[in-house]
Amino acid sequence: MKEFIKVKDLYFKYEEEDGQESDFALRGIDLTINKGEFVAVVGHNGSGKSTLAKHFNAIYLPTTGDVTVDGMNTKDDDRVFDIRKKVGLVLQNPDNQIVAGVVEEDVAFGCENLGVPPAEIRHRVDEALKAVDMYEYRQHSPDKLSGGQKQRVAIAGIIAMEPECIVLDEPTAMLDPRGRDEVMETITKLNRENGITIILITHYMEEAVLADRVVMVDQGRIFLDGTPREVFSRVELLKQHRLDVPQATELNYKLRGCGFDVPDSVLSEEECIEAIMKLIKG
Amino acid sequence: MVRDITLGQYMPGRSLVHRMDARAKILLLLAIIVFIFVAVNYMSLMLITLASMLVVLITRISFRLYLKSMKVILLVIVFTGILNIFYGSGQVYWEWGVIRITEGGINNAIFVTIRIATLVLISSVLTFTTSPTDLTDGIERLLSPLKIFHVKVHELAMMMTIALRFIPVLLEETDKIMNAQKARGADMESGGIIKRVKALVPVLIPLFVSSFRRANDLAMAMECRCYNGGKGRTRMKVLHFSKADVIALVFFLVVFAGVILCNIYFPATVR
Repeated sequence: MKEFIKVKDLYFKYEEEDGQESDFALRGIDLTINKGEFVAVVGHNGSGKSTLAKHFNAIYLPTTGDVTVDGMNTKDDDRVFDIRKKVGLVLQNPDNQIVAGVVEEDVAFGCENLGVPPAEIRHRVDEALKAVDMYEYRQHSPDKLSGGQKQRVAIAGIIAMEPECIVLDEPTAMLDPRGRDEVMETITKLNRENGITIILITHYMEEAVLADRVVMVDQGRIFLDGTPREVFSRVELLKQHRLDVPQATELNYKLRGCGFDVPDSVLSEEECIEAIMKLIKG
Repeated sequence: MVRDITLGQYMPGRSLVHRMDARAKILLLLAIIVFIFVAVNYMSLMLITLASMLVVLITRISFRLYLKSMKVILLVIVFTGILNIFYGSGQVYWEWGVIRITEGGINNAIFVTIRIATLVLISSVLTFTTSPTDLTDGIERLLSPLKIFHVKVHELAMMMTIALRFIPVLLEETDKIMNAQKARGADMESGGIIKRVKALVPVLIPLFVSSFRRANDLAMAMECRCYNGGKGRTRMKVLHFSKADVIALVFFLVVFAGVILCNIYFPATVR
């Protein structure tokens, strides 16, 4: 697999406010993300995961260390727009990232900024709206949509720019369970079918399970990196960092603790049920 | 409560008015507004008002929505109408001290009421039938000659787009904050005017704070989507004049000529 984003020894400190020295939000992040991967970055509030997300498309620049996207350093002023063209960022609050008053015109906004010819924009906007399953709402006003629909429009706005990678900064945090499912389904589909690299920042473990790879962050450092199965088998370590595990995993872990013969780790409810059934039938 | 405001909301559709070029609509609206005030007798005023009503019918948007947008400024209409009764000359109908109701005053009141109502109606047609982006795009194009005076036309248009987009968002937020304050025991519905205005302060402060937060987020989202001012920007929808514009133009030229003719042939009722 080809390397796409490379983060090397990244330290980051927010600018001082009122002369107060702030702590480092990120302390020594090393991370390589390959093309086509679906990576979940997980941590609780204040762990630095959102700060890290904003380094991937040069919104924040490293205090020390380097972030390179497809060989381009984010510190290189002339390449900022090339980087943002390759790496799109979807923010948490869907209301605050929709610029225009009509769905399709908002989706077109990014392409218009890139100077794409009108006919081509039309084509891309239609395709992007179909990809997130919002085509029939193209003439609607965003404020008449549900949270999940708005977030899908925001994702379409990024897709229309044809990026190679989409970073989503807690895209489901403000949504209801249904909106969350819609968004997760869309993200998974974009990764599997369109081959877009996905970096999902989240604190929902159930979402992290859907990724190919989970990166756990705490206090500005990465403390675990691996497949969901590897990561969620380290229940002890996660608890030390005050992180939860998916409910099914938790149940399995407790059963194991009580001396029952269940597998090392389970991720989904189905697996958990299967393990318990096996146990009962004995 | 505050969400009832329909002013400045786009209603998608396929009518002749919807299909018109935004620039043509803006220019025609300006001309119609001028002619609403050019009309000086009932004949000419009726002509321009009926023409506006016809346009309203053509938009195929429920008349209730127009009434809704009128409701917002109903107070202004009633207030100016009543004030105008007391100004004017001519035959005196009723007198009490310095207050006199005259024939001229009543005419003035009727005129002002119809003028403002027509004005709101025809302005609503523009905002109802033109998508905000088309609207600001049209304004941007119309103002583009000002660029030689270094007026930042694109930035102005972008500000307008964002303002229009965030009106409903902020209204909803206001509603939420008001409810939150009410839940904490704030009393906003009783007391005199001063007390009520004071009661709004705890609503406005959180609203301001959150607006700045939103602005910060939005700026970041725009940066993420490579926004870099108007330079090198293309548009998905290219504005172009069509048959609909020609029809509207011809129709209103006839109406305007009618207004002028009526003004000449009938005596003026107001100055």
